[in-house]
Amino acid sequence: MTGTVKAVRAETESARSLDIEVPGWRGNIAGQHVDVRLTAEDGYQAVRSYSLASSGSGEQLQLAVDKLPDGEVSPYLVDDVMPGDLLEIRGPLGGWFIWQPSLAGPVQLIAGGSGVVPLMAMIRSRAQSDSTAPFRLLYSVRNPDDVFFRSELEAPTPGLDVTWAYTRATPPGWPRPAGRVTGDDLSAHCFPASDDPAVFVCGPTGFVEAVANALVLLGHDPGRVKTERFGGA
Amino acid sequence: MAVISRGFGSRRRESDASLPPGQYLTQDFPVLSAGPTPRIDTADWEFSITNETGVVSKWNWEQLHALPIEDIGTDIHCVTRWSKLGTHWRGVSLDTLFKDVDTTYEYTMAHCYGGYTTNIPLADLLDGKAWIAFDFDGEDLDPEHGGPARLLVPHLYFWKSAKWIKGLQMLPQDQPGFWEQNGYNMYGDPWQEQRYW
Repeated sequence: MTGTVKAVRAETESARSLDIEVPGWRGNIAGQHVDVRLTAEDGYQAVRSYSLASSGSGEQLQLAVDKLPDGEVSPYLVDDVMPGDLLEIRGPLGGWFIWQPSLAGPVQLIAGGSGVVPLMAMIRSRAQSDSTAPFRLLYSVRNPDDVFFRSELEAPTPGLDVTWAYTRATPPGWPRPAGRVTGDDLSAHCFPASDDPAVFVCGPTGFVEAVANALVLLGHDPGRVKTERFGGA
Repeated sequence: MAVISRGFGSRRRESDASLPPGQYLTQDFPVLSAGPTPRIDTADWEFSITNETGVVSKWNWEQLHALPIEDIGTDIHCVTRWSKLGTHWRGVSLDTLFKDVDTTYEYTMAHCYGGYTTNIPLADLLDGKAWIAFDFDGEDLDPEHGGPARLLVPHLYFWKSAKWIKGLQMLPQDQPGFWEQNGYNMYGDPWQEQRYW
């Protein structure tokens, strides 16, 4: 399918979100991704997968892309693409790391950096439905400037608790010192294992490994913890 | 007719004839796992093959290591589009493990610690094409990469090389495993780009 970029917005210094209109797009479940194919004028092609920040029906979808310094596709999407440009989109893809409003139980979302993108789709999916499932998001970023979707996440939403964890620098006067997410952070801010939450963890490999291991040590059923990792280990 | 993306292509990577279509080269070793990494003590580790009559051939860690161990040099290709060339592994060939297994079934399901499954035709596990691998680049295989031992079937996309391998069950017909039920291709040949349904 061919999508037309309708709008671009800077999310951080190295990331931006793209609103793309795709005629014939039949919607997607929160958490799914797409393959984006780019073709150069000489026919050279490259394809990469990106999580969707959007969900539901409609022909408009949203990606939010963080630029990898040595990447070949992400710098193009972050720095070069302009409204009106065309992208080839295949999807939606993925049937595992997904959340649907028909699921009633508590949902614990844990994001590292740009790993918030598919979790944002879940938060939006909940908001667009009549779901009353309680949601919590623990969002780990390096610095206050690295937050995606800040205004949307800071707007009070009944039934959604957002906890910020800064790993390198905090806003002034922030109670929690900068540092990686620990088991103590998870106990303090996440649904306990006894609530049997559905847990979604997305972020860089090292972050997801550490968080998922800590969740299992805290008693979460490994079968209830879904993960999506990116980058090398 | 492809849609041209204006101005795209200035940062392209060098092409390499060893790369299947749509893959890019990485020096990293990315991790694709559906959940937390299971921790399995080699003292508790066991690998088994179960045939159609329920006969179970079983090896513990010591028994596996008493079998002929092969050095494997191979390229690996992940469905998420990274490829790693010239990786080095050590492990036991499935030819060795299947030597005394009596079966006429042509399909297998790999079962893993942690519950992961993936389906592979028997023919793709034999004739020097697959191993139970426990050593990567001269080191014990990391748990996040499937240690203590994973299946290594490098001619298929790497999700078929099941991490934390526990056993193979013979099947009369092909049945989808975990990712195959969640959107990935039943067979997964990287040279045919068999990624999705």
